[in-house]
Amino acid sequence: MDLTKKFGTLTAVDNLTLHVNDGEIFGLLGPNGAGKTTTVRMLCCLISKTSGSGKIGNYDIGNKEDSLKIRKIIGLVSDNVGLSENLTAYDNLDFFAKIYDCPQTQRKQNIQRFLEMLGLWEKRNVLAGTFSKGMKQKLAIARALIHEPQVIFMDEPTANLDPEASKTVRDFILQLKKEKKTIFLNTHNLDEAQRICDKVAIMNTRLRAIGTPQELERSVSGRKTVIGLEQEANDVVLRALNKLALKNLVSEGNTITFDVEDPDKENSPVVEAIVQAGGHVRSINVVGSTLEDTYLKLVRK
Amino acid sequence: MRLSKAWIIAARDFKIFRRVKNVWYSIIIFPVVVSVLFPAILEYLTIRGNHGLAAPSVLPNLLTSFSFFLVIGAAYVPLGIASYSIVGEKVEKSLEPLLATPLTDGEILLGKAISAVIPTLVAMYTAAVVFMVGIDAATFNTLGYYYFPNWNIATLLLVLMPVAIVMSVLFSVIVSSRVNDVRSANSFGIFILFPLLGIYLLSETSIITLDVNTLLIISGILLAIDVVLFFVSTKTFRREEILTKWK
Repeated sequence: MDLTKKFGTLTAVDNLTLHVNDGEIFGLLGPNGAGKTTTVRMLCCLISKTSGSGKIGNYDIGNKEDSLKIRKIIGLVSDNVGLSENLTAYDNLDFFAKIYDCPQTQRKQNIQRFLEMLGLWEKRNVLAGTFSKGMKQKLAIARALIHEPQVIFMDEPTANLDPEASKTVRDFILQLKKEKKTIFLNTHNLDEAQRICDKVAIMNTRLRAIGTPQELERSVSGRKTVIGLEQEANDVVLRALNKLALKNLVSEGNTITFDVEDPDKENSPVVEAIVQAGGHVRSINVVGSTLEDTYLKLVRK
Repeated sequence: MRLSKAWIIAARDFKIFRRVKNVWYSIIIFPVVVSVLFPAILEYLTIRGNHGLAAPSVLPNLLTSFSFFLVIGAAYVPLGIASYSIVGEKVEKSLEPLLATPLTDGEILLGKAISAVIPTLVAMYTAAVVFMVGIDAATFNTLGYYYFPNWNIATLLLVLMPVAIVMSVLFSVIVSSRVNDVRSANSFGIFILFPLLGIYLLSETSIITLDVNTLLIISGILLAIDVVLFFVSTKTFRREEILTKWK
């Protein structure tokens, strides 16, 4: 609630209020310098907040004792993979599992499970420093999950990955959702957010918008229905349409366009009116603003 | 603060050090030089019968001065290890994931300190044993008795050396927060040797005598410096500082 972080005179995060539900994939979108990483760092209790409040589960991010408890139940995939390059993949995970007090049997099982899930088990005894970017990123994800946290923060997990590696990571995130994990995803990859996030927030120091990707698409410029007619709309057809009080109705040549909020409900009376007025409908299309349109409009505000 | 957590970090660092040549150089070179070179010099001088430098009357002072190099070595060795241990993590950007775990800043700092102190103690105590055996072998005929062990070397090894190592490690932590590569960390870290070199020069010029009392006084002064460095380093080694202000 009203989470704020200032570095001297610079306000990195300004009165941010978010709510993420259990088992949800939440995407935080914003340009570079928008305060996404700072937000994650505050929520992970890595840096202190200047004002406001925040809770992870029932723990308060501003409370020193709670901060250790929060760090126990979260996993962080930071924007830098930050692996110990002179350790093997196995040793990297083993070290973190020990830090989280995982019992030896569970430790071994989890290391094998996650390395197998991410296709790295065969490379378990290879030094992390020799891995490709994609392999390092997968190992960093496995590291964040080794203690089976309930909440996982991922800061740009697919940045700089090739399409295939990005897909593996995205599929893995969806797999985590099936396991009822809550995932907080920082990204400026809009396509990724649209594909996997249940809810997204757009921020640029301040919160600009929050909702499902579909809600955000509609929120800025909404969607339009474009109806193609056999012939140009005549006065009878136009009078019939005017009676429906459609928003931003435009007739150009054989095409009629108007704003629509719920195409499933709103389009059929329009088609009926056209047909009753003697018009012949050739096609109906709903076109909408994309998440990208919404994002660009909001971050430029 | 849980020692077991600090030990997990130290154990991980030991695994890493096994693969880092520069750390090995730090651990091996200086102890080998002190433990082998100085007895060899004395052996050479006594065989040649050069009683000007190795006369029974001046030999004890010379041996005390030589043995002080064990302390200088003990302060030098952890510079390389601690620098790599902290700056290495900075370069690999592996501190942030570590800071996101339920470890306290103190546990991380203690783990880093242990990983620098233990190899140094092992290396320098091994060097000290070789040094004492070598010196005794080289000087027995001249002195007519085994010079080592004695209270001087016991004070030096058991009191002064640990506080010198801690001083060096803490100084390395502070330096590491301000530089971005291991070489720079080592270069700046060398400054911590100056007070010890000053003490060596004072003893060489007979301004002070490195007897047990003087060694204890020096240890007390270094301990006071350790306390100051500890407070500065814990202030430097806070997660918010590391994430937002470390270069």
